[in-house]
Amino acid sequence: MSWFGTKTFSHGVHPPESKDATCGLPIRQFPFAPVLVVPLSQHLGKPALPVVAEGEEVIRGQRIGRPDGTMSVAMHAPVSGLIKKIGLTPSIQGKMVPGVYIEPFPASTQEVAEGSPCDVDSASPDEILAAIQEAGVVGLGGAAFPTHIKLRVPEGKHIDTVIVNGVECEPYLTTDHRVMLEQREDIFQGIRYILRATRAEQVIIGVEANKADAADGLRAIVPDDIPVRVEVVQVKYPQGAEKMLITALLGREVPSRGLPVDVHAMCINVATTAEIGRLLPHGRGIQERVITISGPAIGDKGNYRIPIGTPLRFILDTVGVSDALGRVFMGGPMMGPAASSLDIAIVKGTSGVVAFTTEETRKTSRQKEYPCIRCAYCVDACPLYLNPSQLGLLAKNHEYDRMAAEFNLMDCFECGSCSFVCPSHIPLVQQFRVAKAAVRKARAAR
Amino acid sequence: MTRAVLEIRTSPHIVSGNSVVSIMFNVVLALIPVSVFAVYAFGFTALATLATALASCVATEHLLCRTASKDTTVGDWSAVITGLLYGLTLPPGLPLWMVAAGGFIAIAVGKYLFGGLGYNVFNPALVGRAILQATFPVPMTTWVDAFRPDRFTTIVSSSLTPPLSRPQPIADVVSGATPLSAWKFDEELARAGDLVMGYTSGSTGETCAVLILIGGAWLVARKMMNWRIPAAIFATVIAFSGVFWLIDSQTYPSPVFMLFSGGLMLGAVFMATDMVGSPMTGLGCVIYGAAIGALIVVIRLWGSMPEGVMYAILLGNALSPHIDAMLRPRVYGTRPESAPKADRGKEAT
Repeated sequence: MSWFGTKTFSHGVHPPESKDATCGLPIRQFPFAPVLVVPLSQHLGKPALPVVAEGEEVIRGQRIGRPDGTMSVAMHAPVSGLIKKIGLTPSIQGKMVPGVYIEPFPASTQEVAEGSPCDVDSASPDEILAAIQEAGVVGLGGAAFPTHIKLRVPEGKHIDTVIVNGVECEPYLTTDHRVMLEQREDIFQGIRYILRATRAEQVIIGVEANKADAADGLRAIVPDDIPVRVEVVQVKYPQGAEKMLITALLGREVPSRGLPVDVHAMCINVATTAEIGRLLPHGRGIQERVITISGPAIGDKGNYRIPIGTPLRFILDTVGVSDALGRVFMGGPMMGPAASSLDIAIVKGTSGVVAFTTEETRKTSRQKEYPCIRCAYCVDACPLYLNPSQLGLLAKNHEYDRMAAEFNLMDCFECGSCSFVCPSHIPLVQQFRVAKAAVRKARAAR
Repeated sequence: MTRAVLEIRTSPHIVSGNSVVSIMFNVVLALIPVSVFAVYAFGFTALATLATALASCVATEHLLCRTASKDTTVGDWSAVITGLLYGLTLPPGLPLWMVAAGGFIAIAVGKYLFGGLGYNVFNPALVGRAILQATFPVPMTTWVDAFRPDRFTTIVSSSLTPPLSRPQPIADVVSGATPLSAWKFDEELARAGDLVMGYTSGSTGETCAVLILIGGAWLVARKMMNWRIPAAIFATVIAFSGVFWLIDSQTYPSPVFMLFSGGLMLGAVFMATDMVGSPMTGLGCVIYGAAIGALIVVIRLWGSMPEGVMYAILLGNALSPHIDAMLRPRVYGTRPESAPKADRGKEAT
């Protein structure tokens, strides 16, 4: 798929980018909150098991949770301090989850503990994957899928291309942009680990055209020892979705309900790649991450390196927030879930915290819903060529089984493009989430 | 410490700003030049026809909402579009009581009987017109000359026929045959330039092709109209009628005449493109447009009526859901042959 020389996928939408406020601001270190709460379940899969107890003192970077089986990763202390308690904490998904409450030592130098390094030249693929799991690395783009599982090429399959995803198509978010500008060496080091672990033939770093400076910067120092190149793709949402990016760069279509490995490709977020390159040589774990704090309600907008477990309330207090605060969501405005409480803590999958004033929230919450007029805007927006209009009509009648069986409901990855364009303001993707959950529940019961 | 009442809502948290109201309002805007020209060409008679059609449609919509104890939907502008389009398709001298009755039928039968906005399978304006055509064939084909010198001083007397009575065959309705009926019944062809600019007689708003195209272009530029539909209609009409014209240019009219005469422009640009009644995919719209174009030519060349646009579009509307059902785009990541069937098998296991 090529258009004016820049690659992309077909369909999709163009929401306002809203990145100007923060894309030029260097990453700044964020202060420690008075109490940090590290949820033990920050990733898809099983929660980590705590290896520390209440009243124990921990050092920043120390392991506080061990992976519970394969589909789980380790947790590390974001700060040197005292474990106040291990108890329930609210999560962005709405559930209460177990978390470790840590009170920082005020006078500590907050030096980060080192572990056993993983040498990129001598480690075997399995050793690298184990080190990634031990470093607690999950997909930092938002999905928080354990990276060591993702990088494991299944028996009997092979991949030829690893795509490093520097697309960052969500409005407001500029973390990947800044990481690509400021952590170039880490990215290439991470690619070395990934190439070794996956035995891929080549790496493509995909960057959207609105981050040309990042693409140029990476190109300028591409190392000779690894087969990597940088490609610029058109600005379009949801290009950061792995299926869309694989299609844009390689022209391959990931099969419905299949995985990228089925088309010999793999897609990994650029910040995740940089973290692998930054942490593994020192045997460290993830104890902080870069997050964009932005949105019309935020005072000191910017890109911050924020300790995992920092509560939203502390972040908003520190950067300053408008009196008319209406909605806070984690991630970008197209897919990010809204926070129901300011006690929710930053987790590894949090790429941004965006706050809207009541003026912006009114635009979505006070919309009158009209009947579908079959304008086909959603049909032209859906990157998967689903028919959201038809699905929406079926969802109204609760015909969930039919939606899944005849109209490929389960392929929907909830990018929100259909709801974004709908002139009738029908909450399409919201209905599909409900429908998908109902179908999953029905299947599990069978 | 930050304290706030947080609103929880699932993403997306931003919207494009598209709205049904703005789409409908833009269609109304696009119809204004056509309507103004109609009044310019046919004077107070056209003004009275349009005003009656509009008032009848809007009032019917409002009253039906009130009857159903619902909020009035007049504010979404869709009844205004129906009213305007319906008025523009009528002969200027049609008795106003018939205009009002047809407007009621357009909204009550064409729209609300089917479920209101979004469910009106057939274009409501054309439903109203079709029923009038069947009920009052003579007044519906009695034409007034355009640009009558007294058009801004008097209203054609047939317009003011008392309700429930038929208009008298009167002298002041100069039988200004439309270019199509002139061709069909008198074998007389109008000049192309007159057709394009609208210097001919015909329905209130169908005569000026240039203004109709400008209105359409405005909507296409704002992505509120699928250009494929009128394009496919034009292309099919030109190709289909062109073949016969080349074979026998004595019997068959030229493609240019076919394109610019009668209600083709108004129908192709403003009525066939009604979002509710047209298919949702690009290819579907092409097929739909081609079907309408072919039907127009068939009805005009071999039917007993001089004009076929109305019936062609209504038949096209009926085809549209079937076109969508048959032409479902291939979902990303599915193979064409195995898509829905194999999937259903998977669900069952």
